[in-house]
Amino acid sequence: MSISAKLKPAFWDYQEGTGPFKHLFNFRRIWKLTVALTGVVTLMPLTFMAFIDYSVTRNAIKSENVLRMARVVSNTSSAISFFLGERKSAVDFITHENAFEDLKDPLRLAAILKNLQKAFSGFQDLGVIDSSGRQRTYVGPYELENIDYSNQAWFREVLGRGVYISDVFLGFRRVPHLVIVVKHDLPDGSFYLLRATIDTGQFSKLLSGLELGGHGDAFLVNRNGVLQTPSRFFGNVFKKIHLTLPEYSPNAQVFEDQSIKGVPLTVGYAYIANTPFILIIVKHTDELMKHWYQTRKKLLWFLLVSMATILLVILGVASYLVNKIYVADERRVMALHQVEYTNKLASIGRLAAGVAHEINNPLAIINEKAGLIRDIFTFKKEEVSDEKLIGLVDSILSSVERCGTITKRLLGFARHMDVSIQPIDLKEVIDEVLGFLGKEAEYRSITVDVEVADGIPKLRSDRGKLQQILLNLVNNAFQAMADGGHLRIKAYRYSADSVLIKVSDDGCGIPESDLKRIFEPFFSTKKKKGGTGLGLSITYGLVKKLGGKINVQSAVGKGTTFTIILPLKLQQKRGLAHASSVS
Amino acid sequence: MKPRILIVDDEQEFVDSLSERLAIRDFDVTTSSSGEDALEKVKKYNFDVIILDVKMPGMSGIETLREIKRIKPLTEVIMFTGHAEVETAIEGMKLGALDYLLKPCKTEDLVSKINMGYDRKAKQEERIRQAKASEIMSSPMSALKE
Repeated sequence: MSISAKLKPAFWDYQEGTGPFKHLFNFRRIWKLTVALTGVVTLMPLTFMAFIDYSVTRNAIKSENVLRMARVVSNTSSAISFFLGERKSAVDFITHENAFEDLKDPLRLAAILKNLQKAFSGFQDLGVIDSSGRQRTYVGPYELENIDYSNQAWFREVLGRGVYISDVFLGFRRVPHLVIVVKHDLPDGSFYLLRATIDTGQFSKLLSGLELGGHGDAFLVNRNGVLQTPSRFFGNVFKKIHLTLPEYSPNAQVFEDQSIKGVPLTVGYAYIANTPFILIIVKHTDELMKHWYQTRKKLLWFLLVSMATILLVILGVASYLVNKIYVADERRVMALHQVEYTNKLASIGRLAAGVAHEINNPLAIINEKAGLIRDIFTFKKEEVSDEKLIGLVDSILSSVERCGTITKRLLGFARHMDVSIQPIDLKEVIDEVLGFLGKEAEYRSITVDVEVADGIPKLRSDRGKLQQILLNLVNNAFQAMADGGHLRIKAYRYSADSVLIKVSDDGCGIPESDLKRIFEPFFSTKKKKGGTGLGLSITYGLVKKLGGKINVQSAVGKGTTFTIILPLKLQQKRGLAHASSVS
Repeated sequence: MKPRILIVDDEQEFVDSLSERLAIRDFDVTTSSSGEDALEKVKKYNFDVIILDVKMPGMSGIETLREIKRIKPLTEVIMFTGHAEVETAIEGMKLGALDYLLKPCKTEDLVSKINMGYDRKAKQEERIRQAKASEIMSSPMSALKE
């Protein structure tokens, strides 16, 4: 038997009958409805809760990440802004503290640069540019004196704004650096510019010092998206990044983006005030959400396991309950059928008794009339004593006697239907039953052997039930056999308080697979030929009622043997015995 | 003296034939077709044996039997019954019937049962007579009481 067949509940293959209430007995439908309803009612809230928990936790973790990112961005941008502001102020301070004439002196300027380099890191050189755009004085590693800057874009810009901080560029030095230019107005209405170059290694150090972990990255870009500091994953300085540049915002902002490979990124940025720089910190969203993924996994597992458990329990309970209903219904139907069957038998019995009784009266009249004719011949000797006539009368009389035997047997059969326990001669009962089927046996030339061992005491049992049992078994055997078959009935004492009756035929036999089921109600191989499938189940019930056991052995093609073991004395239940003694 | 017999049965044909057959066998036979009629006859005449059908329209066999036994306790009754009424027959025997027979029955059986009943009644009457005789012998005055 396969697993699915084992798991399949008994009611699954039940064929619903017809009738006005057939939907009440569609067990598969009841089962489905139960499973569906309970499933929905239990799983819906669970899924709903799990979903809510999922989104709440996810959003909490996400907003926490955004906050953390914004904080880092904002701190870093302040640091950078402070760095640049500090240097700008220093340069500004120099213009205020020193007269133009002093600054034009290269020695003085060199001293100032030296002091600057001592106080602030990153200063590379200093230069003084007059209002015509020519560099008047320069101190630093290169020979840049007398260069004319008047055509440069930044020169024009610083004239307007007073301060200029350049993008990072390589310049003559081939080292990334930026330039801070401060304009100082002179009392005579003209002006000069102080230009300082700052090594951007400082920024890079600051940014690479950030604890970002994993695939985190922090860098500066200018407003065109060109890298100003080296990045870990977006290329080196002066490379254009692939990210969409965020819109200007005075505060640190966080948004989500994708890398060119489609990896989701969380990007934090801040426009650094008064500089062309945008600070960008990029992290892989997946790494930020790592904790969340673990939680999500647990949540999912929990959900799946509880759903599976609930479903299993629902399926189990539904199958169990519906099966109970099914079994109860089977029993109910069987009880109904049994009652019907018993009633049918009882009415047949009553009918037979009525007919037999009615026939007995005319039979008695025939008997007397014929007897009278015979008497007239023998006693009065009035008529010529004709041997032939006497023969005729005698044959009428013997026929009447035969009829009488038949009616008496019929009456006896009917009478025993409702009488309970009485002493029974087993041989007599067997003969009586065979008497009913004797004609059929004769027509079909079935040989019937009865072998009842001597010394079987009278059974104290229910005669009617015993008759029915034997009648059913013999009938079955007749149906199993072809014409010319051989039926054997054997009875002997089985033990001190029981007898054994064997009914064997040499008919078609019962296949092994059906053998287990033949006592089940409604199991029939003759359904198409009008069998109800009740005969053997009722026989089984009757044997049980008589306190006996019934067994079957069969080989296909060889025949079947039913063995009944009956107690010599039927033990009646106390309640019943009491009831019958009262009535 | 011939034994006096009353046959009670609602089947007229049956009663006629049976009475004739018994008459041939030297019995004094009277017939009756109902319980009520039978009781009238029992009151009027002295029968030795009554053959009574259990199943009759009107007064049933058992009721008739009870009445007969009340009126004439010494009269022997043989009951005719169908097989289904063996219980009734047993009840009848408890009420004092001699025996029962199943219809249709062999005439020989019936005759032997009638003879048995007749003998029993005769013996009983004989004993009663003797008892009476001895009573009269012991106190002749008591004879006058009757």
